[in-house]
Amino acid sequence: MGNSAIRMGVDIGGTFTDVVIEVEGKQFSTKVLTTYIAPENAIIDGLHQVCAKAGVAPSDIGQIIHGTTLATNALIERRGAKTALITTEGFRDVIEMRTESRFEQYDLNLTLPEPLIPRQSRFSISERVDATGGVLVDLNRAEVEAVADQLNAAGYESIAVGLIHSYLNPYHERMVRDVLAEKLPDVMVSLSSEVSPQMREYERFNTVVANAYIKPLMKSYLGRLKGRLEDEGANCSVFLMHSGGGIISIESAADLPVRLVESGPAGGAVFAANTAARYGLDKVLSFDMGGTTAKICLIKNQTPKTSRVFEVARTYRFKKGSGMPISIPVIDMVEIGAGGGSLAHIDSMRQIRVGPESAGSEPGPACYGRGGDKPAVTDADLVLGKLDPNNFAGGSIQLHADSSADALVNVLGKTLDMDAQTAAFGLAEVVDENMANAARVHAVENGEDLSEYTMIAFGGAAPLHAGRLCEKLGVDRLLVPTGAGVGSAIGFLRAPFSFEANRSVYMKLSDFKPDVIKSLLTELQDEATGFVRSCDATSDIISEFKVYMRYTGQGWEIPISLSAEQATLPDADTFLKLFEADYSALFGRTVDGMDVEITVWSVNATTPPEQVAQIALASDTGAATVAGQRALFDPALATVSDAQVVLRNDMKTGQTVQGPAVVTEDETTIIVPSSRQVTAQPDGTIDMTTKGAQV
Amino acid sequence: MSTPSNVAYQVMWNRMISVVEEQAQALVRTAFSTSVREAGDLSAGVYDTAGQMLAQAVTGTPGHVNAMADAVGHFIRRIGRENIFEGDVYITNDPWEGTGHLHDITVVTPSFHKGELAGFFGCTAHIVDIGGRGFGADAASVYEEGLYIPIMKLVNRGEVDQTLIRIVRGNVREPDQLVGDIYALATCNEIGHRRLIEMMEEFGLDDLNGIGGFILENSRRATLECINALPHGEASGEMTVDGFSAPITLKVKLSIEQDRILSDFAGTSGVDKKGINCPLVYAKAYACYALKCAIAPEIPNNAASLAPFEITAPVNSIVNAVHPAPVALRHIVGHFVPDAIYAALDQLLPNTVPAEGAGCLCNFQVSLRPRTDAAHTVGARRAEVLTFNSGGAGARPQFDGLNATAFPSGVMTMPIEATEHTGPVIIWRKELRPDSGGAGKFRGGLGQYMEVGAQEGHEFDFQAMFDRVDHPARGRQGGENGAPTTIIQDDGAKMYGKGKQFVAHGRRVVLAFPGGAGYGPVSERDPELVKRDLARGYISTETAARDYGMTQQEIEAVQTAVTKGEMVL
Repeated sequence: MGNSAIRMGVDIGGTFTDVVIEVEGKQFSTKVLTTYIAPENAIIDGLHQVCAKAGVAPSDIGQIIHGTTLATNALIERRGAKTALITTEGFRDVIEMRTESRFEQYDLNLTLPEPLIPRQSRFSISERVDATGGVLVDLNRAEVEAVADQLNAAGYESIAVGLIHSYLNPYHERMVRDVLAEKLPDVMVSLSSEVSPQMREYERFNTVVANAYIKPLMKSYLGRLKGRLEDEGANCSVFLMHSGGGIISIESAADLPVRLVESGPAGGAVFAANTAARYGLDKVLSFDMGGTTAKICLIKNQTPKTSRVFEVARTYRFKKGSGMPISIPVIDMVEIGAGGGSLAHIDSMRQIRVGPESAGSEPGPACYGRGGDKPAVTDADLVLGKLDPNNFAGGSIQLHADSSADALVNVLGKTLDMDAQTAAFGLAEVVDENMANAARVHAVENGEDLSEYTMIAFGGAAPLHAGRLCEKLGVDRLLVPTGAGVGSAIGFLRAPFSFEANRSVYMKLSDFKPDVIKSLLTELQDEATGFVRSCDATSDIISEFKVYMRYTGQGWEIPISLSAEQATLPDADTFLKLFEADYSALFGRTVDGMDVEITVWSVNATTPPEQVAQIALASDTGAATVAGQRALFDPALATVSDAQVVLRNDMKTGQTVQGPAVVTEDETTIIVPSSRQVTAQPDGTIDMTTKGAQV
Repeated sequence: MSTPSNVAYQVMWNRMISVVEEQAQALVRTAFSTSVREAGDLSAGVYDTAGQMLAQAVTGTPGHVNAMADAVGHFIRRIGRENIFEGDVYITNDPWEGTGHLHDITVVTPSFHKGELAGFFGCTAHIVDIGGRGFGADAASVYEEGLYIPIMKLVNRGEVDQTLIRIVRGNVREPDQLVGDIYALATCNEIGHRRLIEMMEEFGLDDLNGIGGFILENSRRATLECINALPHGEASGEMTVDGFSAPITLKVKLSIEQDRILSDFAGTSGVDKKGINCPLVYAKAYACYALKCAIAPEIPNNAASLAPFEITAPVNSIVNAVHPAPVALRHIVGHFVPDAIYAALDQLLPNTVPAEGAGCLCNFQVSLRPRTDAAHTVGARRAEVLTFNSGGAGARPQFDGLNATAFPSGVMTMPIEATEHTGPVIIWRKELRPDSGGAGKFRGGLGQYMEVGAQEGHEFDFQAMFDRVDHPARGRQGGENGAPTTIIQDDGAKMYGKGKQFVAHGRRVVLAFPGGAGYGPVSERDPELVKRDLARGYISTETAARDYGMTQQEIEAVQTAVTKGEMVL
């Protein structure tokens, strides 16, 4: 069964499949092109590459942790199974009617995304549970049997069951499943009361539908993967990264594949959290910028912030509301359409706009010289001196600065009366401001002040922009860890076994029922622990309790963490105090005279976090060897300066470089603004700080 | 400090839009009113010292757009510049100087930087209750519609006016919620203010004159470019809807001229006796919204981008109701203004605007109480439940109308599971209404069915706020009309489209909300889309045969395919 000290992380992304093997703390990684038709092929390819690099055999591997965008892509590309929905009579169109609103108010030709399941595949049955969980209309077994016959005749492969108020009373949904199991034993069934037992029918139904839709595909893929790995001799356990930042068994993943959505980015957040732990940082902003999007996440006390609902498959310029809501525990990330390939244009107000349209890899930014004639963020970076045209992606792509300049002048400069450099400055400032705004809004929504934060940057384009972002956000320290190009896959290796169970049950503090709370939390704890125990038979399991509270009448709950003691001996006064403290931290005041209610209860069961040895910060050992000089535009000073060029590999522990500078490596380039300096830390992390600041 | 560069101004404009969005999000998170938190019935903006709006949050609904743009000017005039101090907060719910009815509270906060007035933040929210008769059309004058708060100081140099707070508390049904909402409005302005000052410090600004001028100049030029690219001309449009006491005709003459578009509502019906009248600010908001959608959709709302859209209407017409006309449900008339505008605009700009849609939101309020015709049931209680719902939108020149989607309003519906938690109401049905979309080359959006009852032991008053019972949405360019609104009790008892009506214990209200109208002749509809509509059940077999000319054989082929699971796209 392999050696427990040898573990492999695999992240299937849209373009590349990243594979990392860790042998006694040492990492070997590779990037292989994703093979869409049979994604396991790329994994096997990568497996052999990293095994060769590490000098181990596949059979030596003790554990494989896997994360993938396959679930997300299946939802975006509508490549799921032939799926039907069974729902309460009178509510056939919940997933189609959405919120009955337009996510873009000024577009007369707006079209809404089609639901995953069209109307003729949505069946309703007479039954009804009310808002207290009581049964208003009994379920009629014969009616369900008749629907089962119809489903059979039409050949559906997967069935979602979503009934009104089933999060309070799952009995009818379970009866439907029993009938389907008898009549259609080969068809997969997903219940909304199991996949997402939360109030709000649109989100819950959509989540169970998404789960059912991708279940056959994911189940078959995971089965094939296991088989192929065994064929290659890797017969160790395989675990899956989930969107909440932990790992679950391959069987749980096949049952609840919707929880795999966003597993790649979750791995990135865990990677950043692990770096935060090494540096003993309690307030971290992770910043991941790739070719098409940038992702921002708050990490407090080395734990990424989580949320209960997010939106996948946005169809309209990344606009909120244009995708489909999925209510599952998820790491709370802001994603905006800003990456190296994002294209710029001028709008009718003569303002520079950047993204979300992206140049992709073909034709790519203008500087690739493959026919792209619109300026991308990479073009601006090149013209501003941030990139070396002769040494991009390790020299594998020759960049053409003149093509960038032409595109910048033609698309932006002519209208705005700017030369290529000023247009590049404008483009870069706009994209950096967009990202900074997203970070600011996210921080404000969470009641956080970013000036107390440290940024951790990874992803190909992040180190080019992170320094400027720190200036804009008033962040004094930035870490760029090693392995940033395969950060998600490394993150998988650092993730605990975990599972979060949650449920909507309304309770006012004026009607506080400690016994109900105790049994509810115990039930959730048992459910969550069960998932974790199936992965690890012996480890300690920690339970983290959270309740979502609000003033009665409000629509927005805030998450309140409870200690184990507060959860086992619930007390209304304590709950109120905890709520008021967090509410005033967020909104500056509390509201007198209002009752407070709890809407959602959640228990996250997790194995204890890996013990991370804190790094002893390097002391200054003098200036690093300078490999050269180049002209670099500094946006804060709005002028060109003469920057030192340093090779990252040349930087010894403790060596420093004063900005303006560029620190280069094959995968990326770290831009050090004039206001900053960098130090190489013992683990290879580049530590950037404001000159003269105490951090 | 030298003049900031064009690049710096670009960054600042972006930042200001982000600032007002943060301001709006803070309101969504802290407000108590369902209409704000679930439905987004709010707006937030930043203004220069002259009261000109510089930026407005994207989050919000069109009805507040122009109304908010004008409001701050009224505040400056009423408060008096000499009385504006750091730490002040102002308030009103004046329908004519705010946003059209007493249920909208507008709060304005002056923003001081280095001891000098730099600008203002303003925000508006639709609140739960303002006393009076409650939210509905039944009042005969604005005096009956609730408490009136003239433009005044809520906070004077940091000190809250407790007298005002006591008067407010004493006059409304949900005092804690309303006071909570008022503070939420003040807090959201405060958040906007703090972020603006951070920006001014970062860029070394002493005032907003430079960036304000940059925003307004670029917006004005862009708007005029859009307008001046249109053919000049005049056209008139009119439409008739149910109204309350009598049908209402909205008449508008649109003139596209150099540098402006004028909408003149001369000939529009006079005010109604009941509370569906619309102050001019609100009619202006929707007229302007309709025109901006069609002509200049990407230009953000601010004083300069709104100015070229001029609107006039005769005093005492239903789109220019003056004090003391009742105006609580001004949205009903306001939501029809775009369809009236489009009737005219279609003649000047062919192939641009949609056919008529459901228009006004299909809202209703349910006032539940323990049954009075028999002994009390244990646990029976009183509750007020307001819901927002939508009919179908009109078909477009190249697309079908959106099913059960609000237009022109920007608000969202509430989940029925959430609605049922707010009171002992039961929503038995909420789903699409087949055959309600007007036929055409492009089909109108479907309306929806709803069925509303109460938990055992309750009876209720049903406050209806519907239109299009007698006047369904009219097709455009040869498209057919949408289906009208119907409202009835489950035992067949008649109900009316508007007003408060009693529903006895055990009875349900059965509603069918209107569909949008079709666009273009039905003969030109793509046969594949007709088959798809039949497969999905958007149209019945009868409609497929009668309106779209499908043969029996074709219909059966579709039905068989669906049964076999072959046509499930």
